[in-house]
Amino acid sequence: MTVDLILFLILAAVAIATALGMLLSRNAVYSALFLVLNFATVAVFYLLLGAPFIALTQVTVYAGAIMVLFLFVIMLLGTEELPKGEGLNWQKPMAVILAVVLMVEATFLIFVQEPVADLISNSPSADFGGPRAIGELLFSRYLLPFEVTSILLLVAMVGAIVLTLNKKEGGQK
Amino acid sequence: MVPVNYYIALSAILFIIGAMGVLVRRNALIIFMSVELMLNAANVALVAFSSANNSLDGQIFVFFIMTVAAAEVAVGLALIVAIFRSKNSINVDEINMLKG
Repeated sequence: MTVDLILFLILAAVAIATALGMLLSRNAVYSALFLVLNFATVAVFYLLLGAPFIALTQVTVYAGAIMVLFLFVIMLLGTEELPKGEGLNWQKPMAVILAVVLMVEATFLIFVQEPVADLISNSPSADFGGPRAIGELLFSRYLLPFEVTSILLLVAMVGAIVLTLNKKEGGQK
Repeated sequence: MVPVNYYIALSAILFIIGAMGVLVRRNALIIFMSVELMLNAANVALVAFSSANNSLDGQIFVFFIMTVAAAEVAVGLALIVAIFRSKNSINVDEINMLKG
């Protein structure tokens, strides 16, 4: 048991526990806060894997911007808890059974196969995964996808504004 | 030294928890959060492979996935707000206008 492995196991336990907390808590605000914790744990995983740039992007974009947007909408709509409806009662046990089957299959396949690659070493080259290395790759080989991304974000922005536009008040056009 | 398999197993577990959330929960916002969890699980697998193969392309992929996730959240939450305005509920069992 190296330090890396112990760290990995503790973090994995935290990540799975927070994911289950997100799934099981009745209040949507608690779910969102559990998910923030989960994203922060995943950011630490990225640091362990030698991806500091992605780790910090994860914290700012996911744990920061996206989850704040979620919390904002939860509180804006005031739908923290849905009233207990009857729903489709056979769905829940069915979903749990299917998920367990999928999980058993996945873990079986992952551990029966030969390891796909070597161990992840703890000493990558000096700037592996840093902003400089990522930036050089992003602005040379992946320049076109990077530019397409800006169009995607613009479309998403326009779409969000159009969808939430109040048509009754702005009906003069 | 952590084998890549462990990371892939973790990623699979997180993905399955997310999929279970989509199937079990009725609150549209929590379903949406579960989708985010699934995207994140895929990111963990990509970064693990990128680091195992000593190649940065996986991390670039993760960067693009994050961008798409951000765009998806903006549009998706706008859709949920629009649905809440017209139906006054975000319970997905009650959003069945297309049912004959």
